[in-house]
Amino acid sequence: MIYLGIDTSNSPLALALIEDGVVLIEETANLKINHSLTAMPAIEEMMKKAKVLPADLTHIAVAEGPGSYTGVRIGLTIAKTLAWSLKIPLHSVSSLKVLAANGQGFDGLVCPIMDARRGTAFIGLYEGTGLKSVLADQHSDVKEFLLKAKELGRPVLFTGIDAALHEALIVEVLGRAAHFSSIQNRLPRASNLILLAQQSEESDVHHAVPEYRRITEAEANYNKAQEGQIL
Amino acid sequence: MSKDIYVLGIETSCDETAASIVKNGTEIISNIVASQIESHKRFGGVVPEIASRHHVEQITLVIEEAMQLAGMEPDQLDAVAVTEGPGLVGALLIGVNAAKAFAFAHQLPLVGVHHIAGHIYANRLEQEMEFPLLALVISGGHTELIYMKEHGDFTVIGETRDDAAGEAYDKVARTLNLPYPGGPHIDRLAHTSDEAVMFPRIWLEEGSYDFSFSGLKSSVLNYMHNAAQRGEQVVPERVAAGFQNSVVEVVTGKTMRAAEEYKARQVIAAGGVAANKGLRNSLDAAFKQKGIPFHIPSLPLCTDNAAMIAAAGTVMYEKGLYGNMAMNGRPGMPLTSWI
Repeated sequence: MIYLGIDTSNSPLALALIEDGVVLIEETANLKINHSLTAMPAIEEMMKKAKVLPADLTHIAVAEGPGSYTGVRIGLTIAKTLAWSLKIPLHSVSSLKVLAANGQGFDGLVCPIMDARRGTAFIGLYEGTGLKSVLADQHSDVKEFLLKAKELGRPVLFTGIDAALHEALIVEVLGRAAHFSSIQNRLPRASNLILLAQQSEESDVHHAVPEYRRITEAEANYNKAQEGQIL
Repeated sequence: MSKDIYVLGIETSCDETAASIVKNGTEIISNIVASQIESHKRFGGVVPEIASRHHVEQITLVIEEAMQLAGMEPDQLDAVAVTEGPGLVGALLIGVNAAKAFAFAHQLPLVGVHHIAGHIYANRLEQEMEFPLLALVISGGHTELIYMKEHGDFTVIGETRDDAAGEAYDKVARTLNLPYPGGPHIDRLAHTSDEAVMFPRIWLEEGSYDFSFSGLKSSVLNYMHNAAQRGEQVVPERVAAGFQNSVVEVVTGKTMRAAEEYKARQVIAAGGVAANKGLRNSLDAAFKQKGIPFHIPSLPLCTDNAAMIAAAGTVMYEKGLYGNMAMNGRPGMPLTSWI
């Protein structure tokens, strides 16, 4: 069994191949390069290095979002097309859970965070042991979410490259309960993605869609206008 | 007789998710289009982010349907052709990445096709192309006159300097409170009216094959505005007919003059606005009178589709013009010749 893992949901590009419980190769780049341009060449190159042919793949694992809309779509499009056309199962896993896996073993809660501008983020809260979801993945005002996390009264480990952006606010709200991953543990790792995929149900290839966790601006404005009319 | 060539085409440049299989660049085996018009209607136009969201939901379904309808497996294909540009960037890259993944999975050559080259080659699915050829590409995003000496040789001799014709149609339709997309509604209204408001014909400098539709659009808006200020009732049918007459006269006139100057042996029209009845009739009549062969593809091949991408892609494949895994969606891709 050979799993290919693909995470393009934010600026990092994370790829891995795992064969029968052995990590053959794993790559994480944090170079802010256009995934549409680089994801497929990187997959091609990695598989060549590992001497794995497309037909050898038995499973595809993909990070389904939230994150950059375009980034998530690129990963999903590649993963869906590979899985469907090679007739192999697809497993999609929350991009926040993939990041949370960096904090596995932490005695407390793990909070993966992806900045979404204007004081908001894509954010979730997981148990450090077992990665059970404590507060669902969501698009939220960062401060509001932190206040909810604070009520749980447990230490929280923040992970993700955008944790740095919100560090001051996190410390202000959570004080000594706030902990931060070391820098190498802030990037998504596709080996973690694959391990999570192995514990997850198979996705319906055709109907696997990005988990944006946010409606589009056009829809939000439209809904607002509709409400106005009803009132 | 050499071996038949089967090419899978993929098109996602705007608001249609499409896949098709074409044999030898001339024969449609399957042609699937999933339109998003219903989703964009309430916004009065295509919302790029929503278009991208739909493409990722539809892409594998549409390709699968095209493959199943053709009764083909990936290893029976010779190449994968995809619209590389121009178009909406977020929409383009869904098709491009699906095409790359498909080509990689089955080790097939990948061909990146220019959307306009696709529109031109849609004609070849119904009638063989004769050179020198003049193509009028007219749609919601494009208004161009293209001269071709032979396959893959494109010279843009005229293009719009502002709005595309289809864009002007949509804007005028909006001021007449017609639903989106407005083109077909204006065409229909225009045909119900015996009288037409006189709007200017925008010919630009003498000898120019370029187009301009924003001035025409403004005079329609001014007419509506002035009528409203004077409290006069506007007859939408007359406005639609007047606007359409102006567009049709200028487009027909310039296409005719170019065909004569470039001694075209065949003139073809392509793109969504080529489906417009008023324009079709006018071009048909004008070229019949001059005795120049003229062809417009049937409606499903005028609007965006993937068969046209596979058709153009087949010629590129035969010339060995392959792309690679670093292909990206190119929103502003220029139309360049293959030779």
